[in-house]
Amino acid sequence: MSFPWAQQYTPTNGLMRYFDEKLPLPRLVYNAVGAGYPVPRNLNYLWNFGVLAGFCLVIQIVTGIILAMHYAANAEVAFATTEHIMRNVNYGWLMRYAHANGASFFFAVIYLHIFRGFYYSSYKAPREMIWLLGVVIFLLLMATGFLGYVLPWGQMSFWGAKVITGLFGAIPIVGEPLQVWLLGGFAPDNAALNRFFSLHFLLPFVTAGVIILHIWALHIPGSSNPTGVEIKTESDTVPFHPYYTAKDGFGLGVFLLIYFAMVFFLPNYLGHPDNYIEANPLSTPAHIVPEWYFWPFYAILRAFTADFFFIPAKLMGVLAMFSAILIWFILPWLDKSPVRSGNYRPLFRIFFWILMFDMAVLFYLGGAPAEEPFVMFSQLATAYYFLHFLVIIPIVSMVEKPKPLPYSITEAVLGSDKEAVLGENASVAK
Amino acid sequence: MAETTSTAGTDTTVVTDGEDGVRRRDFINIAAVSAAGVGGVATLIPLVSQMSPSADVLAESSTELDVGAIEPGQAVKAVFRKQPLFVRRLTAKEVEEANATDASSLRDPQTLAERTKEGHGDVLITMGVCTHLGCVPLGAAEGEIKGEFGGYFCPCHGSHYDTAGRIRKGPAPTNLEVPEYEFTSDTVVQVG
Ligand code: HEM
Ligand code: FES
Repeated sequence: MSFPWAQQYTPTNGLMRYFDEKLPLPRLVYNAVGAGYPVPRNLNYLWNFGVLAGFCLVIQIVTGIILAMHYAANAEVAFATTEHIMRNVNYGWLMRYAHANGASFFFAVIYLHIFRGFYYSSYKAPREMIWLLGVVIFLLLMATGFLGYVLPWGQMSFWGAKVITGLFGAIPIVGEPLQVWLLGGFAPDNAALNRFFSLHFLLPFVTAGVIILHIWALHIPGSSNPTGVEIKTESDTVPFHPYYTAKDGFGLGVFLLIYFAMVFFLPNYLGHPDNYIEANPLSTPAHIVPEWYFWPFYAILRAFTADFFFIPAKLMGVLAMFSAILIWFILPWLDKSPVRSGNYRPLFRIFFWILMFDMAVLFYLGGAPAEEPFVMFSQLATAYYFLHFLVIIPIVSMVEKPKPLPYSITEAVLGSDKEAVLGENASVAK
Repeated sequence: MAETTSTAGTDTTVVTDGEDGVRRRDFINIAAVSAAGVGGVATLIPLVSQMSPSADVLAESSTELDVGAIEPGQAVKAVFRKQPLFVRRLTAKEVEEANATDASSLRDPQTLAERTKEGHGDVLITMGVCTHLGCVPLGAAEGEIKGEFGGYFCPCHGSHYDTAGRIRKGPAPTNLEVPEYEFTSDTVVQVG
């Protein structure tokens, strides 16, 4: 797609003209993230997180490939090679800390990116496909993060692998054989570690492929914006370059400051000390928790303690945990309100913030021990989570009376209707 | 060009000739696609099967141990299929406690006798793997907490097992698994 007023790529020197004729790659870049891509003029900083997520993937791939040069996926030596990276390899500590914290920052950025989507209803038509692909990316990312965490073969790695593959064991009949098949053994061991490494290496590149589809789908309707009003005229837009390359560049700078502050000064803050103890299949750490980015879903998993009709508690927990994410796939059809932005949806906005609070509670509970009162709170928070998507969102979207929308983005920005109505057509109207 | 036209002509002839309207080309088409389909599915077999436990992993899948030296009230941790195995010789009191419980009232109803071998009613052999999410319960080693029912206690999410290794309280759905085993002599057990 493009808007009719998008600037055309005109190579200025002979070399680029030659290149563009044979392979229009420069043109593709120009139209995707250059001056050839008109973007709403009113995007706020929440629109930075997509680019930041892409940057995180680059960090992970670069540091990951370097780690893979020094790491050996063999249960006998995996833990030792991780320590070898930390102690002997030049700058190995930096690569590993950058990779481990990079995963955390990747998730932080992705969560904000998703919550941005919730607030501005970015999942609504005509952007459903972008949203669906986004959920696929999130699932891939979770799989990659889990697989990666197993690689250092510490106590948390081992027991994480055991508990997570144990989830599949909850599936009736096929569960246990499936778990043995996934692990290539009866407990995590060499076979499991090797395949986890192979897949951990592969999935980021699959993710990169899905990101390309995500952006392709985005470029058909173009970005949404804080008003949720679609682009009408050229005056609603600015070219991506230099406007948003500059804005994203600034955001990236802030991101890097925080990220490297963690990498250099608190590199183990988000990790778990037990993972510096080598995997021991005969002794479970007293308090096993996944990485922080899995906590909301871990809290949902553990919320089910009693059998539900004929479904055993363990299976219910697993189903609920997966549904908590899969439910996002149908969100575009649950929210029927024609208005996108939460700015113009007073009732929706209240429930959005309640959901954010609920997520914060789930984050906290997922990391807490499985004791009372935490278990009871997880049950309440889980119930509310599903209530929000399955009941509250559809009802709110039917009963709510939205506030009046601005005529156009230009009007929202400049406060003047005339500009918007006449806009680029001003000369014609005269 | 002329040749193509004549082929097409032959084709039409075949159609009219076919008794049930099936053309020879349809047959070849279906046969070819089916062969490719079957071949494709057959290719999946090695691709899927390579993930299953390999021969060396399976070779480790039986373990022999001598239970003669275990005193009543004592338990040992062995390794079976790379997972902990609890072997425990129950005291008379523990056997009594286990039998005093009405099995039918339990989450996973089983009597102690069903969980041990005849003539060895005091030797309880179970996996040391919590049936909830696979942690190793406490209670096999000296000095570890045995939970509210005197058997095993899983610290991960608080599952309590009794002296017969049966689930009594907490999230675990079933009793500690009793692996397949047999006594090959009075004191030697072959597990797996
Ligand atoms: C989607 C992007 C990725 C994510 C979210 C991710 C996540 C992780 C995590 C959480 C760990 C454990 C860190 C630790 O505690 O030490 C890890 C380790 C590792 N990753 Fe990745 N990773 C990604 C991409 C990659 C890529 C592309 C490669 C290689 C091609 C790679 C290679 C490795 C290696 C060799 C380790 C083990 C060394 C170590 O533990 O530091 N990763 N990854
Ligand atoms: S793994 Fe034992 S209680 Fe959850």
